[in-house]
Amino acid sequence: MLPREFAFRGSVLFGDRLVDDSRLRFDPPECHIAPLPPAGGGDPAACLMQSAIDMMPAMLPAAGMKKRRSASWITLAAALISLVALLPLAFIVWVAIQTGWDTVVALIFRPRVGELLVNTVLLVVVTVPIAIVLSVALAWLTERSDLPGNRWWSWLSVAPLAIPAFVHSYAWISFVPGLHGLWAGVLVSVIAYFPFLYLPIAAALRRLDPALEDAAAALGLGPWRVFARVVLPQLRLAICGGSLLVGLHLLAEYGLYVFIRFDTFTTAIVDQFQSTFNGPAANMLAAVLVVCCLFLLALEVMIRGEERYARVGSGAARKQQRARLGRATLFCLLLPAGVALLSLGVPFVTVGRWLLAGGTEVWRWDEIGLALGQTLFLAIAGAVLATLAAMPMAWISIRAPGPLQRLLESCNYIVGALPGVVIALALVTITVRVALPLYQTLFTILFGYALMFLPRALISLRASIAQAPVELERAASSLGRPPVKALWSTTIRLSAPGAAAGMAMVALGITNELTATQMLAPNGTRTLAMAFWSYSGEIDYASAAPYALIMVAMSLPMTWWLYIQSKRMAGR
Amino acid sequence: MKIALSTLAGAALALGLIAGPAKAEDQGIIVYNAQHESLAKEWAAGFTKETGIKVTLRNGGDSDFSNQIVAEGAASPADVFLTENSPAMALVEAAGLFAPVDADTLAQAPQEYQPSTGKWVGVAARSTVFAYNKVKLKEDQLPKSLLDLADPSWKGRWAASPSGPDFQAIVSALLELKGEAATADWLKAMKENFTAYKGNSTVMKAVNAGEIDGGVIYHYYYFGDQAKTGENSRNVALHYFKNQDPGAFVSISGGGVLASSKHPKEAQAFLKWVTGKGGQDVLKTGTSYEYAIGKDAQSNPKLVPLTDLQAPKVDPARLNSKKVIELMTQAGLL
Repeated sequence: MLPREFAFRGSVLFGDRLVDDSRLRFDPPECHIAPLPPAGGGDPAACLMQSAIDMMPAMLPAAGMKKRRSASWITLAAALISLVALLPLAFIVWVAIQTGWDTVVALIFRPRVGELLVNTVLLVVVTVPIAIVLSVALAWLTERSDLPGNRWWSWLSVAPLAIPAFVHSYAWISFVPGLHGLWAGVLVSVIAYFPFLYLPIAAALRRLDPALEDAAAALGLGPWRVFARVVLPQLRLAICGGSLLVGLHLLAEYGLYVFIRFDTFTTAIVDQFQSTFNGPAANMLAAVLVVCCLFLLALEVMIRGEERYARVGSGAARKQQRARLGRATLFCLLLPAGVALLSLGVPFVTVGRWLLAGGTEVWRWDEIGLALGQTLFLAIAGAVLATLAAMPMAWISIRAPGPLQRLLESCNYIVGALPGVVIALALVTITVRVALPLYQTLFTILFGYALMFLPRALISLRASIAQAPVELERAASSLGRPPVKALWSTTIRLSAPGAAAGMAMVALGITNELTATQMLAPNGTRTLAMAFWSYSGEIDYASAAPYALIMVAMSLPMTWWLYIQSKRMAGR
Repeated sequence: MKIALSTLAGAALALGLIAGPAKAEDQGIIVYNAQHESLAKEWAAGFTKETGIKVTLRNGGDSDFSNQIVAEGAASPADVFLTENSPAMALVEAAGLFAPVDADTLAQAPQEYQPSTGKWVGVAARSTVFAYNKVKLKEDQLPKSLLDLADPSWKGRWAASPSGPDFQAIVSALLELKGEAATADWLKAMKENFTAYKGNSTVMKAVNAGEIDGGVIYHYYYFGDQAKTGENSRNVALHYFKNQDPGAFVSISGGGVLASSKHPKEAQAFLKWVTGKGGQDVLKTGTSYEYAIGKDAQSNPKLVPLTDLQAPKVDPARLNSKKVIELMTQAGLL
């Protein structure tokens, strides 16, 4: 675990210049403090912020010494929440046992599962490397070359995140109607998800110490070999983290692949759900999908390695020189321009075209207003719940870290990495069988959201709690406040910015969520995503367009914030 | 600070508590609607306008709702269940979850459009068709029977939406008419020959674009699109199999009242309205282009009359959706 180790050394080495150096030492992509990375949340910014925490324990050497008493009930709360979070996983195991071994074998080892496995594996294996190459090239051009307008290109490389994946797909299918199959899946997936790689890679590139490259060049390596042997290895963590995020999204996405008729496990689970509601076949497909997710998580931990990437030595790194593109400038401009055209041009032009074609008729304001209201309500309520649930975990991970805390935290991340359809399937079946009063209630859907998006809230909160001095808590305690109030009046209030950021991330996730919402929603619910899906399912693309536009408009500010945050983290 | 803390806790509690009960009060009857959303919305609006009883729709598909109602059992929040096809109704009926339909409602629909048990009633009907691309196929190249599509000569040339309840209903008719072994063989051949799309509209769109020669869907997708812009059906023509072929199957959309309904009177009134003049007129004049089945009701004049379709006789109560899913899962279609 590099950042933690380094933070410790850092504080010894440059203890007196801690703040200044901490800025330099931030390595945004290194978001892996826990044994498992902050996965399903899928938030580069949260990732970026995590690095802030990673160095904090060093600054708080006395953390967790005197707080045992209050720590114990918070730990208990965190443990409870983590256990509850494991419910979907436990459920799948339970269904497998209930179904009986023979049926399980018959349902898992059949040709259809093989087909789906091949499809899903091919999708991940082809998409991720293409996205890596594309992101590295874009990041290098925008961060390390004198490409004209590089700030603009940098923002345009992040902006596709504001467009929900299924809207990307919708745009492409109306642009090229016959688009389907693996290559279509790869194309749209790369376009929809490459920013998850671009963000951390760009941030890492920005922060590299040019001295290493100078040394390599001085030893006789040409520019390409310097890049391959010095720069690229230093991007390893960024690439691993980003690839994991992309991979998990590929496994979990539903709408994108329905439009282009490419079957993955997630689409097959929804098919089975639609045919049998909660039959064992759907649950066994879910089990295979869970294994795929866990495999990706483990693979990332293995590949990530434990090398040291941070610089040793005093002082600050020299400012990087941007490479001169010279005559290649025009040629190099083609790449970001082409990517922006495909990832932003196509969706905006198609949505615009459908809006024009539909005219004022498609703006059914009563319907749209209702969907907007319900979406906002679910998003805000879910965000509040997820943040409340994340608080105990976030607190102990900063104030009382240890093996137990790491274990609990990784539980949350694993569940956060599961596709929404798996969590929803589990909750539907559990509530209908054993907790009927909760069935189809607001509580259950919010609970589902909290499970899915807890990591987003957790990571943002941790960063803020880490910045709240523990001394304030102690002072409040010693002045006679009971533990809860002491916490409330100090740390919790100081962590408000992080909580707000986390809530925004969760809200963004909920706004663009489709499968779990459809399965769990209380009667009469119709979110923006549901309305969009229903219209586009009847090939009424014009009526779906306003919903696509509103979802994008709601996501854009969040994406802008992510972009700013990643710049700030890198000290610019 | 005390105030702030309790406000926060209060807000969190309120979130969970207020929304639930407050919503339940003014929802009126809850309809699990597997019919097309636009059609059900028209029915609900017409009914509410006439009676003042509010209707809340939960939209989904035949199969997930029927299985869902069975899983919910007596605790189901639904009052009424509307489907596109009969197998889903048969499943709920077999679980004993329907209340008998009021006699005067049953009297509004002809015998052939309701099950002998009287536990549910037909509300509309749709015919299976082979929608084909006029440029790619001449009339003499069309399949004579649905079973012909299993022939290797059709490899890669036809499409369907196997995950949808419509196609599953067609398979259930095939199962009822030709037996399990023949159906399993046909499905195996289908897996080899066909191209899967999600949704019948998508199938028709692909046929129109010439991506594929033809597809097995229901008739009304074509008429609906023609009535709008026609951009997804310009090159499409419909082929009716007729001759009591399994491919001439006419599927009955059903409606039933749940025995567990908390508003049985209102629920029965809704079903009566849908099968009566108001509801059936929506089928004739609206944009759904499904067949009206009421005794004196008329379908949209643009449609081929229901009596000319030479549909095979199938007892809707006998359609077995469970077996169909099992066979389709075995064939690798699901």
